[in-house]
Amino acid sequence: MGDMKKLAVFKFASCDGCQLTLLDCEDELLKVAEAIDIAFFLEARSRQLKGPYDVGLVEGSITTPDDVKRIQEIRKKCKCLITIGACATAGGIQALRNWANIDDFVHYVYAQPEYISTLETSTPISDHVAVDFELRGCPISRQQLLELLTDLIHGRQPRTPSHSVCIECKKRGTVCVAVAQGVACLGPITQAGCGEMKANRGAICPACNRECFGCFGPQDQVNGMSLTSFYQQKGTPILNLVQLTRNFNGYSPEFRQIGDSLENQEGSP
Amino acid sequence: MNTEGESKHNRRSIEVKALSRVEGEGRLHLRLQGERVEHVELNIYEPPRFFESFLRGRQVHEVPDITARICGICPVAYQMSSCHALEKALGITVTPEVRLLRRLLYCGEWIESHVLHIYLLHAPDFLGYESGISMAVDYREQVERGLEMKKIGNRLLEILGGRPIHPVNITVGGFYRAPSVKELKLLLPRLEWGLQAALETFQWVSAFDCPVFECEYDFVSLHHEDEYPLNDGQVRSSAGLSIPVEDYETHYHERQLEHSTALYSVKSPGDTFYLTGPLARLNNCFGHLSPICVKAFEDTGLTLPLTNNFKSIVARALEVVYAFDEAIRIVKAYQADASPSRTTYELRPGEGCHATEAPRGMLYHRYRIGEDCLIAEAKIVPPTSQNQGQIETDLRAFLPGISSHEDAEIARQAEHVIRNYDPCISCATHFLNLTIDRNADSPPRNE
Repeated sequence: MGDMKKLAVFKFASCDGCQLTLLDCEDELLKVAEAIDIAFFLEARSRQLKGPYDVGLVEGSITTPDDVKRIQEIRKKCKCLITIGACATAGGIQALRNWANIDDFVHYVYAQPEYISTLETSTPISDHVAVDFELRGCPISRQQLLELLTDLIHGRQPRTPSHSVCIECKKRGTVCVAVAQGVACLGPITQAGCGEMKANRGAICPACNRECFGCFGPQDQVNGMSLTSFYQQKGTPILNLVQLTRNFNGYSPEFRQIGDSLENQEGSP
Repeated sequence: MNTEGESKHNRRSIEVKALSRVEGEGRLHLRLQGERVEHVELNIYEPPRFFESFLRGRQVHEVPDITARICGICPVAYQMSSCHALEKALGITVTPEVRLLRRLLYCGEWIESHVLHIYLLHAPDFLGYESGISMAVDYREQVERGLEMKKIGNRLLEILGGRPIHPVNITVGGFYRAPSVKELKLLLPRLEWGLQAALETFQWVSAFDCPVFECEYDFVSLHHEDEYPLNDGQVRSSAGLSIPVEDYETHYHERQLEHSTALYSVKSPGDTFYLTGPLARLNNCFGHLSPICVKAFEDTGLTLPLTNNFKSIVARALEVVYAFDEAIRIVKAYQADASPSRTTYELRPGEGCHATEAPRGMLYHRYRIGEDCLIAEAKIVPPTSQNQGQIETDLRAFLPGISSHEDAEIARQAEHVIRNYDPCISCATHFLNLTIDRNADSPPRNE
């Protein structure tokens, strides 16, 4: 077992949900632990092996001066660095601070703001170090995580589908909430990934009779302005559209551009 | 274990730089002078994420989706407290069917979260392992049983919520789509299996050796007239208080200390600490557990009140029995897809607060909806911030008894004391306007 790959799991600003996904692989967890040496995973084990690691999974976004240094050290220790989830990949919901005055935020929450050390922005890992692969999602998909780990064990290049949530609705046979009900839905511009896609049970939100709100972030090369102007014509207020694109993946370049353009449009006469 | 010890004139500093097998990031700093505990500091360095700040200006229907992201382990708790508080602000009531389905949803989260803690995080402390993964080498059957139970809890969340982590089917007023009777009925045999597995788990953990550590706790939990508390109840303290949730902020408030990005909850007057969570619920609400739970408890020979928080694992396991039993009862009673699946509402300004019982204890939310019908104010008090002061108090009381041990052993046992609370540090780092306490005992920073 000397050539067993060494895996480390690191956390920055986040909810723990993406690393929990590994522990949610109930049928596979013990087998994974036999195939990969889980060398560093604070949430799950007290034993902490020192690096270097073959693979580092990183959850969370960079929000403190200390984080900025720590991610550099982690990068040096990991041969392959993979971000897991919307926080690590796009800055997460806490990136809403990027549109606000951070001092106001701190003052609202803490009586003694001088004790709080925080950056003005919440940024993705790739703004700070090179990232080898990313798993999207808020939270990530269990199925995609398992496929990723399997690929890594066998030395294969991991891949995830890049089509939109829209396609998954068609595969599943869900009636389109945007067309049938006039609900502003991000499905056409959001990357698929939620639900059990292999069993044709992806696109979980429209299947629950509601809009997709972008957990897996933007699909490649989307025309977001075209979609949002369609929703505007159908009567959705701009504020709703701004907020729909500005949540867990709101700071991803594509969604950011849509939200900011809509806001400028609102500000113009 | 990541500790640093020094021994100078009998004074020792012990630091656990990164607590493990807890959710989120914290460190522990201890200073002992002989048997005397000079300083205990649970330092929560998990970065703040400012939920209360950025909820302002958001739309009402977005709140349960956003607050879920406070915690990946107990998102349902955040969704439930949010929905109830906002429903009060909007002046709407959910249907009895929705109320029952929410209870079922919460059972799923209790199972998933409690079983994770029992098997993968806490049991290794009692049996001498560094993780559930290494424990599985010798206790394969038990760990597999735990994982299967956890999977059933997650399946329940998936059927009701669309997915286990950050469910998408939960909304103010009810569910976007009525949970499927067919899918729930199909789960019944597995729930029945889960109930038996939970009873075995309860017997297993009841036999664990616990340090003798009886404390005088003020147990705080919800208390409901008719049922074991999940979604509803009055705030009850074993020290004699029983108040509607609306009076919570009159009796409890938060203090900020320099070493923590979490706030400490204290009870007024006197700023005393208290304990919330499974042990508090068990002691305050034992009479509302189902007969199968009462019998299982009585068979162990344990008596109430349970005042040793090392026994929280026993309380947690009994609540898993209850959650399976209650889930079976609700699934059996659910005969037709809930219709309507949600109560609709007109947006209007207003204010509402509510508390529900998260796996780790009471979770309080308050919202004000402004004239523009957007969120104008949000306040969230998670269980771990309520327990933070009590955790340190426990450590101060526990450490003198083990001060003759090696540093690494002291650190290990101190972590065990902390894990008794199943702390969720990710939850504990976003708070609200607190009273400024400039005379607070602010210990020196340890770095």
